[in-house]
Amino acid sequence: MTNWDIVWDSRDLLWQGFLNTLSLFSVAIALAFLLGCLIVYRLEDPKTRWRLPLRSFIDIMRMLPFLVLVYLLYYGLPSAGIRLEAWWAGLIGLTFYHGAYFAEILRGCRVTLSNGQIEAAYAHGFTPSRMFIRLILPQLMIQARPLIGNQLVYALKDTAFLFIITVKDLTWAANSISATYFVPTEAFVAVIGFYWLISLVMEMAIRYAGRFGHKRGFDHV
Amino acid sequence: MSNIASNVSMPSTEASADNKATDHAVGNRSDHVVEVRRLSKSFDEVEVLRDIDLEVSSGDVVTILGSSGSGKSTLLRCINWLEKPDRGTIHISGQRIGIDENSRKPMSQKALAKMRAKTAMVFQSFNLWPHLTVLNNVTEAPIHVQGKKREEAEALALSFLEKVGMAHKRDAYPFTLSGGQKQRVAIARALAMQPEVILFDEPTSALDPELVGEVLGVIKSLSAEGYTMVIVTHEMDFARAVSDQVVFLEKGLLIEKADPETFFTQPKTDRVKRFLEKQH
Repeated sequence: MTNWDIVWDSRDLLWQGFLNTLSLFSVAIALAFLLGCLIVYRLEDPKTRWRLPLRSFIDIMRMLPFLVLVYLLYYGLPSAGIRLEAWWAGLIGLTFYHGAYFAEILRGCRVTLSNGQIEAAYAHGFTPSRMFIRLILPQLMIQARPLIGNQLVYALKDTAFLFIITVKDLTWAANSISATYFVPTEAFVAVIGFYWLISLVMEMAIRYAGRFGHKRGFDHV
Repeated sequence: MSNIASNVSMPSTEASADNKATDHAVGNRSDHVVEVRRLSKSFDEVEVLRDIDLEVSSGDVVTILGSSGSGKSTLLRCINWLEKPDRGTIHISGQRIGIDENSRKPMSQKALAKMRAKTAMVFQSFNLWPHLTVLNNVTEAPIHVQGKKREEAEALALSFLEKVGMAHKRDAYPFTLSGGQKQRVAIARALAMQPEVILFDEPTSALDPELVGEVLGVIKSLSAEGYTMVIVTHEMDFARAVSDQVVFLEKGLLIEKADPETFFTQPKTDRVKRFLEKQH
């Protein structure tokens, strides 16, 4: 029986880990992106009282190592009387952390949009919210797609930290196989394959989105 | 078509309070698509508009002339509240824009958007939405602001694209078009709102000289069809040919208001005389 056979026999564990990673990642990035959009929308109004708190939130998240944030949520919050399950702590951590990054990415692209087309929207009767959804956000997404793609990969890799707070993700599965049968190389190589697969699918999606932008002349990014 | 308003830009004799200015105009409000009363606007300490009165009757073309920095674009941009005036009132078809008549406070975004939808604007730098096709640029506001059905909006959009000679480019994206083509699409986009007045902010100033004609041609044809338009322009021959009324701004003051024939042949002020001499 080779080491690879051992890994193959533990495929259920890996599959469970894969599903956990995938579900946590998908929900987290969807929420994080939504959070990023909401923050940028709030910052549209130059006089908003939200400016300082939101800017501070973004800066704090960017300064914090992800693992430290997760430790705080999982080990720190109980001392404040809030006890989160590992999965929820992971989800909240990923959402806020990468939400701040998404906000920063979108805000950076927002600055480059011409003010003229915004005025054109107002002049044709758009309200700020409708204009944001119909005219600004689509352009931000087209323009920011390479950066968004990058951030997705970072977020995926950050899910691996969550095994430290006992989330039963891919890395947890590999770690547990490796610890039980002492096959670290094979177990972790197998897991790399899974991460690579998810990255590949995202890469293809971003490239597809690139064609969408190319057709519209958004190639100057 | 001409309907030159009698009260020229002299500040009215009434007190400056907004409500008085409003009351004053109630009598003939219905005739005027746009009515500007005692409009003043400063940027920081600099006064760019002072006590402007302007009225635009249905079907009329009013051109606003003046040298750079005279405040003409600011005046136009106050009409749809892209700039907020410091004092004075603006009514679009009898309804006040920007300030809620009851509460005297700034309008809600929703109410303001609704007022703006009665107008449309064509900009110097076109300002098409780059991620949308030509057709979708024209249908965007009718569908998402006015709530029209897509089929209806597209049929309408195509008829206006036809009118400006751009229907063959319906599926093109803005970045593939020339400046003149972009501006014609922008005009179709404005028409598709079926606005009560179209505001043109130097529509040919960003165009190569050989492309100016096609855009002016379209605007001329619109004037012949009876569209109500307010046009800021530097094209004197065009202004003379197309206008029912010409107003001249100088350092934020409206110093002359006349029909084009009178304005171009017998200007009243020395300032306008000198301005016209420099044009030729």
